[in-house]
Amino acid sequence: MSSEVVTKALVRAVTVNGHKAALITLDNGLDHTKPNSFGPGGLASLDEAITAATALEPAFIAITGKPYIFSVGADITGMPMIKSREQAVELGRYGHRVFNRLRESAIPTFAFVNGVAMGGGLEVALHCHYRTLSGGANALALPEVSLGLVPAWGGTQLLPNLIGIAPAAQVIIQNPLTQKTLRPAQARELGIADVLLEPADFLERSLEWAAGVVAGEITVERPEIDRDMWDGVLYFAKLQLDEKLHGAVASAEKALELLALAKDADFATGTAAEDEALGDLVTGPQLRNSLYAFDLVQRRAKKPAGAPDKALARDVTKVGVVGAGLMAGQMALLFARRLEVPVVLTDLDQERVDKGVAYVHGEIDKLRGKGRIDEGTAAKLHGLVSGSVDKAVFADADFVIEAVFEDLAVKKQVFAELEKVVSPEAVLATNTSSLSVTEMAADLEHPERVVGFHFFNPVSVMPLVEIVRAGKTDDPALATAFAVGRQLRKSCVLVKDAPSFVVNRLLTRFLGEIYAAIDAGTPVEVANTALDPLGLPMRPLALLTMVGPAVALHVSKTMHAAFPDRFGVSANLGRIVESGKSLTDREGNIDESVVALLEVGDAPLTAEQVRDRALDAIAEEVKLMLADGVVADAKDIDLCLVLGAGWPFHLGGITPHLAATGRL
Amino acid sequence: MPRSVRDVVFVDGIRTPFGKAGGMYAHTRADDLVIRCIRELLRRNPSLPPERVEEVAIAATTQIGDQGLTIGRTAALLAGLPKTVPGFAIDRMCAGAMTAVTTVAGGIAMGAYDVAVAGGVEHMGRHPMGEGVDPNPRILAEKLVDPSALVMGKTAENLHDRLPAVTRERADAFGLASQVRTAKAYANGKLQDDLVPVAIRDPENGWGLATVDEAPRDTSLAKLATLKTPFRPHGRVTAGNSAGLNDGATASIIAAEETARELGLPVAMRLVSYGFVGVEPEVMGVGPIPATEKALRIAGLSIEDIGLFELNEAFAVQVLAFLDHFGIADDDPRVNPWGGAIAVGHPLASSGVRLMTQLARQFAEHPEVRYGITAMCIGIGMGGSVIWENPAWEGAK
Repeated sequence: MSSEVVTKALVRAVTVNGHKAALITLDNGLDHTKPNSFGPGGLASLDEAITAATALEPAFIAITGKPYIFSVGADITGMPMIKSREQAVELGRYGHRVFNRLRESAIPTFAFVNGVAMGGGLEVALHCHYRTLSGGANALALPEVSLGLVPAWGGTQLLPNLIGIAPAAQVIIQNPLTQKTLRPAQARELGIADVLLEPADFLERSLEWAAGVVAGEITVERPEIDRDMWDGVLYFAKLQLDEKLHGAVASAEKALELLALAKDADFATGTAAEDEALGDLVTGPQLRNSLYAFDLVQRRAKKPAGAPDKALARDVTKVGVVGAGLMAGQMALLFARRLEVPVVLTDLDQERVDKGVAYVHGEIDKLRGKGRIDEGTAAKLHGLVSGSVDKAVFADADFVIEAVFEDLAVKKQVFAELEKVVSPEAVLATNTSSLSVTEMAADLEHPERVVGFHFFNPVSVMPLVEIVRAGKTDDPALATAFAVGRQLRKSCVLVKDAPSFVVNRLLTRFLGEIYAAIDAGTPVEVANTALDPLGLPMRPLALLTMVGPAVALHVSKTMHAAFPDRFGVSANLGRIVESGKSLTDREGNIDESVVALLEVGDAPLTAEQVRDRALDAIAEEVKLMLADGVVADAKDIDLCLVLGAGWPFHLGGITPHLAATGRL
Repeated sequence: MPRSVRDVVFVDGIRTPFGKAGGMYAHTRADDLVIRCIRELLRRNPSLPPERVEEVAIAATTQIGDQGLTIGRTAALLAGLPKTVPGFAIDRMCAGAMTAVTTVAGGIAMGAYDVAVAGGVEHMGRHPMGEGVDPNPRILAEKLVDPSALVMGKTAENLHDRLPAVTRERADAFGLASQVRTAKAYANGKLQDDLVPVAIRDPENGWGLATVDEAPRDTSLAKLATLKTPFRPHGRVTAGNSAGLNDGATASIIAAEETARELGLPVAMRLVSYGFVGVEPEVMGVGPIPATEKALRIAGLSIEDIGLFELNEAFAVQVLAFLDHFGIADDDPRVNPWGGAIAVGHPLASSGVRLMTQLARQFAEHPEVRYGITAMCIGIGMGGSVIWENPAWEGAK
């Protein structure tokens, strides 16, 4: 039984400057929050519409969308229903058959891309002979590769032959892997559209433009496609991809193959290859994992499991930040931008306070300089962010977060001082990444208002906040924390007050296995590249360099204290910290001078052994965390890894991959 | 401070095709109709830099919802005019756009600004006549006006009562002539150039494009004679001899003549004089008569000097009252040569500029004519009349 919300293709005859035209509107009958898509029903409707439009014998046929939305492409809710390779191939063929009618039409065809066009939505437009594009079309993309698919309704064959291989590879491979979409001006620049028109009278002007084209008054010029550089571009794209993903992402590999084919293959051969690629991918694990991860990010992240009733949240009209260091400054800027309430920083002396406030004001000016905010907003933000050495400024704050040195005694001291100043209901939050929030609250008069609010670095970019319910945290305080997180436009996951919560605990366990392998005598290069087949966002030693060996050592010790059986403290990590350097530089090159400092054993592991041990360790830790109730569900672990550590969609975070490899 | 009054000219005018209430614009916003007019007007006058527009006056009778929010200002913003361009909303019911033109003309003559956009909109499908009104109870209690004065069709019946010479038959014949003249004007391509196509959308059929008026119909005297008289049993006013309920918008560029010439803008008509007057509300249809007499008096002209008339056809009876008063034949070719509101429709506050746009086109075709009039009756007992001079008048050469 299909649950497809069918996007109908409606046909209407219109007259433009004396020319009869057939106008097809894609419309699923719902508002713009439920975008148009193509399932089997939608394709059938478009097929009928093309027949009806052709029967009108118009001067041209044009296809457009409903307000704000052209089409977001294939109905991915139907994908899990596809059980066999044959079904997948047939879905590919069906789309090709229908879309190709627009390409092969003897009557000129136009796409009036009035709004968001993604995937199959952009592909249907690419099949038309001409394209107009609205300046109000907020996102244009072929995001399939990020979901474990390829643009298999003609995209890989049409786009490179329209705009050239280098930009096509950018749009089809690089952009999806970095979650980028095109703005209208960029799409026009690339040549995806023939003309960019203002949104106010987009349809009228598009019809007029199309009439001008069919009347021969407007000539559309497109650049000659350079085929000499085709192979070279793809060679470098492959190198670049391998450097990052090491061939781990099947969809990206397929996309590269299809783009290579697009150089010389006729359209039928190219599209048949797309069908086969779809068959391979739809039945493979990566698509399933990607759709799972997509659903987590799109849905579960918006309704955090275990969050208390929103109605319990208290208004936050002023925010305090204790500490004026870098992380505190990043938080202050984010609070000011998103909550639009006064944010006040404090620190031990005036110099630090001034420096912290100056940093935030400087960042505001940078945003203004880049045109990200207007003059009025910049002025407003300047006014909202201030600093003081006197914590009395927190008296009327509703939410105070500390970002001081990662030491329990120091943090307890801060909270004790705060409690003397703030109201009994003000939420006290900690950005600790590893300490016990319950202990931090233990000596307070009102421990029920203490929550963990763990950001990831850089604060403005990373979408995750781990919200920690401590031993005595009450629902209003927790609801307030979730409301603040939502206003900050972060995805919040509720976690129990367990050492290092989710992301850092798993990454520390994982890195621990890498150090152990090196300690045992595994060559550093082997240990560092052992996980390459998984396609993680960075190699383990690059992660170590980014976190900083000193911080990593500190966290190791904390975790060792909590779970001495599973978390060791590598003596070699201590040596690295002492050296003041890291094992790799920022580019990931191993620093042999640091390697020389290590004292290692004589029981080296193979890459496969390292990988197995690392994954086994993560699986064990996940099981223990779930048994301990650190999060409500394995889905939350995956959500945390995707949003907090950038772990890939194609692994579904990690637990689908662990399950598929028999570890969970 | 000594100063001289400046000549004011009508540069260009445009309108949407007029729809029937509940018809092709049922799912189109009123403000979008007038925004479309402003954008197209500027687009086809590229020698007018948008920042030289210094005022936007937009009329609407029912200024709520998508006709509210100080529509002259919001429409200017949404049309993409610079934020420095101010605007305002204006209301004189059926003569809204006419009043927008005369008001900005006053500002230009005074020297307050050089170029303005003036127009109007009425989406009678979204905003039926009388929506949200709250008449002061004193109107009835103190018998300030006859209760029938608030229902325009009843005022038309009242006018028939006072002018027995204007019969149902004459009214029907005039209504038919309006349809015939409009059809002929369409066939000869007289109207199309000043219609701006409007994208329309409805949930059942998707997007479409409005390119022609929806109201005109093919009819006959015999058919007209069968129509009901909804305002009075055995009355005379029918849907066939009056304008319908319509949706539409208009806009025009009004400028100081010296500025138009400086910028190389066309000078389609020169404003001579105008008059607005009040009459008895229960026979508001007589309004154009004293309004025209006032405008003629101010201009020092007589009715014989007027070579073309664009009279709004709210009701055939009020046009015939005007013609009888000035001794003009019902079928005089100088009057509404391309038909009028009975055929194309009368979206209240927008109609004044339609009259002007058509008169401007006719001036260009008639260099032998020096003066023309646009006039209309107005609810609650008023009339408005504007006298224009033809810059293409051959006598000037």
